[in-house]
Amino acid sequence: MLTQAEARRALAGGIVALTLVIAITALPVLALLAFASRFPENSGFDAYTFSLLRFTLLQAVLSTLLSILIAIPVTLALCRRPHFPGRLWIIRLMAVPMGLPVLAGALGLITVFGRQGIVNQALLALGLEQPLSIYGLTGILIAHVFFNFPLACRLMIAVLEGLPQEYWRLGASLGMRSWSIFRFIELPALLRAIPGAAGLIFMLCATSFTLVLVLGGGPAATTLEVAIYQSLRLDFDPARAIAMALLQILVTACILALLSRLPANDPMNMGEGRRISRMDGQSWPARIWDTGVIMCACLFLSLPLLAIAWAGLRSNFLEIVTSAIFLQALSTSLAIAMLSAFACVLLALVIAFARQVVAERRAPPRSARIFSASLGSLSSLVLLVPPVVLGTGWFLILREIGEVSRFSIPIIIVINMLMALPFVMRVLQPALQSHRARTARLVASLGITGFSRWRIVDWRVLGQPLAMAFSFAMALSLGDLGAVAMFGSQDLVTLPWLLYSSLGSYRSHDADSLALILGLICLGLTLIGTAEREMRP
Amino acid sequence: MKDGQKADILLREVRLALGEQRFHFDCSIGEGLITAITGRSGSGKSTLLNLVAGFEAPQQGRIVIGGQDVTELHPSERPVSLVFQDNNLFTHLDLFTNIALGISPSLRLAKEDRRNVSAALERVGLGGFETRKPGTLSGGERQRAAFARALVRRRPVLLLDEPFAALDPALRSTMADLLLELHRDDGTTILMVTHDLEEVRRLADEVLFVEEGRISFAGKRDDFLAQETSGAISEFLRRS
Repeated sequence: MLTQAEARRALAGGIVALTLVIAITALPVLALLAFASRFPENSGFDAYTFSLLRFTLLQAVLSTLLSILIAIPVTLALCRRPHFPGRLWIIRLMAVPMGLPVLAGALGLITVFGRQGIVNQALLALGLEQPLSIYGLTGILIAHVFFNFPLACRLMIAVLEGLPQEYWRLGASLGMRSWSIFRFIELPALLRAIPGAAGLIFMLCATSFTLVLVLGGGPAATTLEVAIYQSLRLDFDPARAIAMALLQILVTACILALLSRLPANDPMNMGEGRRISRMDGQSWPARIWDTGVIMCACLFLSLPLLAIAWAGLRSNFLEIVTSAIFLQALSTSLAIAMLSAFACVLLALVIAFARQVVAERRAPPRSARIFSASLGSLSSLVLLVPPVVLGTGWFLILREIGEVSRFSIPIIIVINMLMALPFVMRVLQPALQSHRARTARLVASLGITGFSRWRIVDWRVLGQPLAMAFSFAMALSLGDLGAVAMFGSQDLVTLPWLLYSSLGSYRSHDADSLALILGLICLGLTLIGTAEREMRP
Repeated sequence: MKDGQKADILLREVRLALGEQRFHFDCSIGEGLITAITGRSGSGKSTLLNLVAGFEAPQQGRIVIGGQDVTELHPSERPVSLVFQDNNLFTHLDLFTNIALGISPSLRLAKEDRRNVSAALERVGLGGFETRKPGTLSGGERQRAAFARALVRRRPVLLLDEPFAALDPALRSTMADLLLELHRDDGTTILMVTHDLEEVRRLADEVLFVEEGRISFAGKRDDFLAQETSGAISEFLRRS
């Protein structure tokens, strides 16, 4: 229902967006392939590379298994106790790790689970000789579970909340005990959510960079992503970096192919803590079990967060946040985040508009359908090439052109923009679609076009999803270490990079303050996003 | 109380407040009859049914079914079966399992139980549908299956919450005939919530009219249909 000119503009925009994203992602991959042929004898595929691959997959499998196994009892307990004190806040707490910068979370986990942390103190007090190590495989697993089990919980809670109310009443009236309810109602529902949730978590863990960089250590506990970065930036061994980057693309391609076969699972469709009226689980053992499970989950989630706040406030917080280097890093980070979020939202809007134009055609020609489908699969294309691989490719290309550091800021903005694109499209596309479906005919018949349509009709409705997408993209960019690690230098310091360097140089007090401030900024942004969402009817 | 026996239902000075809404029910529902609970939406029809089923607990008063005080009993311990408007079947389980759950909630079945399930399916006109999943059935067939489960439960009271509201009119009358037929054979006490006057005419022996959380009419169907004086009832009769 757009005017001819508007439709043409939207399609042209779509073509530009498509070309741009493909160029940004495909060029570095081509560069990797081209450069790989320069090192024919030193292919980089040796025993070490395969041990890296093995560890990457092993830690991802274990992280996924643990996250799901822990999430199941927590989900069941939370759904069975609709009147648990603070239940809604517990479910909201589960959204926090998703918005928390990974680096800040890692610091909190180190405070809690580190050698001096309360967990190891408690274990020592109990007489255990070998304390838990937050570094190496154990540490990576703890951190991955911390970040991902809440995600699994929320996806599963959404499925249980979506079951018809009648199911619980039927279960009660048929006299089902806990085991029957689990077998006939809860388990079949969970089984629908688990493949999608597990696939998503596996993808996140297999491409996890920051956590492995901080908590992994040595060749025994390094993933492909981290090894790519190390061989390019620390060892300067491009041949190895290229080989591993290509291997990483192969791995993500396999995971994506696997994911596409799993039932769709929208990570934006989270459980919102709706109360289900349940008649079961009134026995004392069930109550004690559920309460225990929920308390343990809360403790595991909140201790690292409290540790960030406690350690941050205890350190020389004011001194740090007023220091010149901090202010410089903050302004750099904010500028990069705002520009990349703006670019990302703009790109997503252009893509969504173009797809809308094709969708509104009564009988779109084959070429238009292919065009729209390619726009729709851009998200997957972006996921196929993880940021570190993207960075490696661009690093190699830019090195041919000139001094790499000259291009640092634009390339970091571009990488951050692409990283956020899949999520931003998930938010904006359905919003735009339902908005157009509601208003397109009316707007066309009233002849409201161009800017006034945007001002009068679109802005009011799309403003909230746009704000959500923008704040989300900004938080993602603010917390990102990957792109900065590839392109950072003395002149280019962002908050996560400053935090990472102070960790490396044992200025742990500085790191504590930085983690707190970074965590607060990103949580604030996520809050803006979710608050907007909850305001919508 | 033994299965299959007839039972009447008494609500003695039952009071309940849900948020702002207050309910007060005091009535008796005759054994072996079909009683329709009707009234405007939001009047408290379903709350009345939920009290009998045990999904809501009264703050005051007693609920007695067949001489037994069930006020404190869990829904599964009450001598009632239930059919809702929708979602009566677990969509991931086949019809046999769905109905067998009415006999044993942990699915421990004797040979005879298995025969009973198939017989019940036969009676509602779904013979041979044992391995079908609810998703492959029409809305009417799904409600038939729900009735089959109520049959195998052999409870003296059957509670129906708008059981035909999701069906189209032609199907509604076929289903009403099926219900009458089952009722003739078993003589179960049936309490059904409906907002459809046609259903009241066709099925009910007695009518309870609920208005703002209270029963404003309780009596024979024909008396109810002849009501012209009460404002709310005559308005309800005119509109339907």
